Amino acid sequence: MKILSINFLSCAIKACKSSSDSFPLHAKDAELVQDEIELNPDMIINVLPRLDWAALRTTSSELGFPQLPEQPPTPFELKADETLLKDLHHLLLETQISEGKLVCGNCGHEYAIKEGIANFLLPSHLV
Amino acid sequence: MHFLIRFAQVHETFRLAEIEALAIVQGVDLKVLNYSLDSPFCIVQLPSVDAAKRLIQRSILAQSIHELWGTGKTLDEVHEAVKQETPHLWAQYKMSSFKFAVEPYRGTRSSTKRVELINSFRFLGFDGPIKMSNPDETFSIFEQWPHNSVPLGIPDPTEIHLGRYLASSSRDLILKLDLKKRGYISTTSMDSELALVTANIALAAPGKLFYDPFVGTGSFPVACAQFGALAWGSDIDGRSMRGEGGKKSLQGNFEQYGLGACLGDVFSADLTHTPMRKRRWWDGIVSDPPYGVREGLRVLGCKDPEKTPWLIEAGRTKGNDPDYVPPKKPYSFLAMLDDILVFASETLVDDGRLSFWTPTANDEDLEIPVPTHPCLEIVAICIQPFNKWSRRLITYRRIPDARVSPSALEEYATRKTLETNGTTADELNPFRRGYFKKFKAEE
Repeated sequence: MKILSINFLSCAIKACKSSSDSFPLHAKDAELVQDEIELNPDMIINVLPRLDWAALRTTSSELGFPQLPEQPPTPFELKADETLLKDLHHLLLETQISEGKLVCGNCGHEYAIKEGIANFLLPSHLV
Repeated sequence: MHFLIRFAQVHETFRLAEIEALAIVQGVDLKVLNYSLDSPFCIVQLPSVDAAKRLIQRSILAQSIHELWGTGKTLDEVHEAVKQETPHLWAQYKMSSFKFAVEPYRGTRSSTKRVELINSFRFLGFDGPIKMSNPDETFSIFEQWPHNSVPLGIPDPTEIHLGRYLASSSRDLILKLDLKKRGYISTTSMDSELALVTANIALAAPGKLFYDPFVGTGSFPVACAQFGALAWGSDIDGRSMRGEGGKKSLQGNFEQYGLGACLGDVFSADLTHTPMRKRRWWDGIVSDPPYGVREGLRVLGCKDPEKTPWLIEAGRTKGNDPDYVPPKKPYSFLAMLDDILVFASETLVDDGRLSFWTPTANDEDLEIPVPTHPCLEIVAICIQPFNKWSRRLITYRRIPDARVSPSALEEYATRKTLETNGTTADELNPFRRGYFKKFKAEE
């Protein structure tokens, strides 16, 4: 599961959706793998305004990446700054959680990630 | 400038929707001047030769595009038109190597007649060498004949065009992504041609984010990735995505085509309990949801919780086991269509597109209505007919909030929630019910 995906996923339990603690999900026992993917600056620039930057900062520091700046760069700044572009590309698209868990900060439910595929299906008492 | 698009004579109702979508993707100002479902020849107006090449480059249902030199009901009329409209172009090709081709649609021409037709354009005065392979320029004589003209012995076509070849489409991608050569497929994988057309109609393009909530073996994400989009998918059945692993998995399909870089993520999830946040995230949502005939239409939950309390208990105690499979229950087909539209209205960016397939009976009384949502404007309804039923590709555009009618939105919010009488698959799904009764009207 890519770090980018974590930015648009919260707890699947309906009662948790209204709680701010259900997002972002917190990675636990995460094994990270790195893929090499060709940089597509337009992709990153296109994604930037859709990101929840505060949540991305949380996820990235939880996974031990260097601290991201407090404010997201503007598309203009991003275009001009190749290092930042590469760093974001590396964090969002090249880094994947291959094994581990995503934990809801509200209800504590754990979603397992196996071979990079997360499982968000819920047992009957939670639907 | 006028151009002739030479379409393939298949999936006729999809052709204009595709070419109009590609005009948007390429930012080309397209005006369709003459189009009919009955003919592979379509006359369009475009600003330049370059625009024409860009328009056609990604098309699946077009074969090629040609600069139109003349059109007429008879050969004489075509000659007249060419002499009137194009003399300024002739000098340019005077010394080029060239060939002429005759393309009768629904008719035939003997080889003597073909040579005669070609020679009738002698007045163009081309002095370059004739080359049958790789000439600099190819001129084609397109003929539209009436239906059944060969057995009826009709002597002449109804319309003739002369065009100069400019560029070919991406029809060869159909073979590249052919299911017969794909490493991992299942019973409901979408054939490559229609998956690619769907990706085109949904405006897949480099830098865009696409999602398929019923991903299965990944036919649609693969097609979107082929056009450069980054594609996500989810499915209620994790096995469909994992497959046997390696080459026989959804990811294996992406790698087979060298598209690994365009695979976002896949995950197990149920659309009625999606982990996705309500955020305007997707440029496009493309999907072929389950019809409940070949594959079950199910969501999370217990069909009869009172009769099977142990299933719920098992969820409490074993819910975190790695091998735990949560119970699922049949779901209403119409409610699912409704859920897809609500989900799309919440997660598509402005002008983002939702393109999904639904089945319907051909009999008017049993037809499944096209679902609507105040935030989604219908762009195109394309139909693939079978014997007693059809499937439709319905495409919507997410209109900006400022243009959504508040009264329509209010009305939608208070709409009657779909009645989900019954619990069995047949009760919940009018299409399935009709399908297994061979679409005979219910008594």
